[in-house]
Amino acid sequence: MNALLEAQGLHLRFGAVRALDDVALSIWPGEVVAIVGESGSGKSSLLRVLAGMQRADAGQVLYRDAAGATHSILDASDAALRRLMRSDWGFVHQNARDALRMEVSAGGNVGERLMAAGNRHYGNIREVAAHWLERVEMDPARIDETPKNFSGGMQQRLQIARTLVTSPRLVFMDEPTGGLDVSVQAKLLDLIRGLVADLGLAVLLVTHDIAAARLLAHRIMVMRHGQVVEEGLTDRVLDDPRHPYTQLLVSSVLAA
Amino acid sequence: MNAALTGYNFGYLDEATKRMIRRALLKAVCIPGHQVPFGAREMPLPYGWGTGGIQVTASVLGPDDVLKVIDQGADDTTNAVSIRRFFNRVAGVATTESTAEATIIQTRHRIPETPLSEGQILVYQVPMPEPLFRLEPRVAESTRLHAMAEYGLMQVKLYEDIARQGEVATSYNHPVMVNHRYLMSPSPIPAFDNPKMHMNAGLQLFGAGREKRIYAVPPYTDVRSLDFEDHPFKPVRAPHACAICGSEESYLDEVITDDQGGRMHVCSDTDYCASRPPV
Repeated sequence: MNALLEAQGLHLRFGAVRALDDVALSIWPGEVVAIVGESGSGKSSLLRVLAGMQRADAGQVLYRDAAGATHSILDASDAALRRLMRSDWGFVHQNARDALRMEVSAGGNVGERLMAAGNRHYGNIREVAAHWLERVEMDPARIDETPKNFSGGMQQRLQIARTLVTSPRLVFMDEPTGGLDVSVQAKLLDLIRGLVADLGLAVLLVTHDIAAARLLAHRIMVMRHGQVVEEGLTDRVLDDPRHPYTQLLVSSVLAA
Repeated sequence: MNAALTGYNFGYLDEATKRMIRRALLKAVCIPGHQVPFGAREMPLPYGWGTGGIQVTASVLGPDDVLKVIDQGADDTTNAVSIRRFFNRVAGVATTESTAEATIIQTRHRIPETPLSEGQILVYQVPMPEPLFRLEPRVAESTRLHAMAEYGLMQVKLYEDIARQGEVATSYNHPVMVNHRYLMSPSPIPAFDNPKMHMNAGLQLFGAGREKRIYAVPPYTDVRSLDFEDHPFKPVRAPHACAICGSEESYLDEVITDDQGGRMHVCSDTDYCASRPPV
């Protein structure tokens, strides 16, 4: 089996700041990898570079598609990237409002990727949308309401339905539980965990929430000042942190 | 009034401007449905009255052409009369109200009921050439969507119409797919006229003066109105017969006749209506 996404020697600077300093990473099919670290450690920059939303100064990112062909993300054309974003990838934003169309009904939001992929049957689109609303534990009777009527947690679940509806192979998640209260966070994490296992998705999860990482991720990468300081299986890294910064990070989590 | 004015170049625009517009037109014909930018000039009429259409007409007009101008289908409305008179004075060309006799027809918001034949040119006045503009506010992004042929967004709009109102609610300016490639605004013609664009024998040119865009549909080009498989596109027509000629096929205007609720339906195409025996 080959890696789904493989990155090597990534460098990115913003002026004097090194956002990425020789970062390497690979994700395998069906695997959830969490990138943790404090604000400004470069984890969101890494996600943006891997998803082709930001060009790195140096390095290489290779994506292997379902047919086995390899795409170099950093050299890919706009058209190729958008095709990948539409078919193979999904992106879950921290703020659901960045991804959802707030004036469009829940059904339209979920159906957008289907229609972009060429589905032109209203009845089918609606059926799939209702099914997905149910899957993310929303009432399918609210399919014609706009996201403005929904709570933050529901908006986030709608965003997840909208992203997963075309069964992507790789999903990037940027702080999917940010800005939600704790009980809603717990439900959402549970939902994501169930969906990821059911669909066999590969997920690259960026978070500063160690608990979320522990619940979802198979592997963890700890970033600081643009470098990966520690990497390993989730339990190993969190229960037996080796790098002083990881030790600090793990010990600073409040026990409830 | 009918004497041609002296001191103006033939057709009002100078020759260099006409050549620039013809170059844009040629490109537009080569890429059906694609919006080509051009350097629109100021014209002696306000934006929204047909500055784009009038520049296209001026560029394709020759001394032997016969010009017809319609506004909402009618030959005798202000806009139609002024533009016809304008070209009569600055180009000295013959004008007509008959669709069959005209070689160039400039139109606002209608396609004539009489089918066009080969060699005829239909020039549309377009207020907003970008079909995505209510959905995507960024011009650069819309351009990119056209370049990549990503039109899912427009389909989302139709989905919303059906979800909220049970049917597609655009009775005019219903977006069309030209030659299986470009999404195009048909200028605000009624949805009733959309099917006439498909495989039309005439050349259809679109000019938007304020937005400085030209696009075209060459003769015999595939033009499909967007729809869903299970909600096919339906041209809308008032379920009445024309009160003057009795036509049950033509597009009708509703005319309020008094303040007691009296109303009548008449053909919007005055030439078509006049050519038929009155009832």
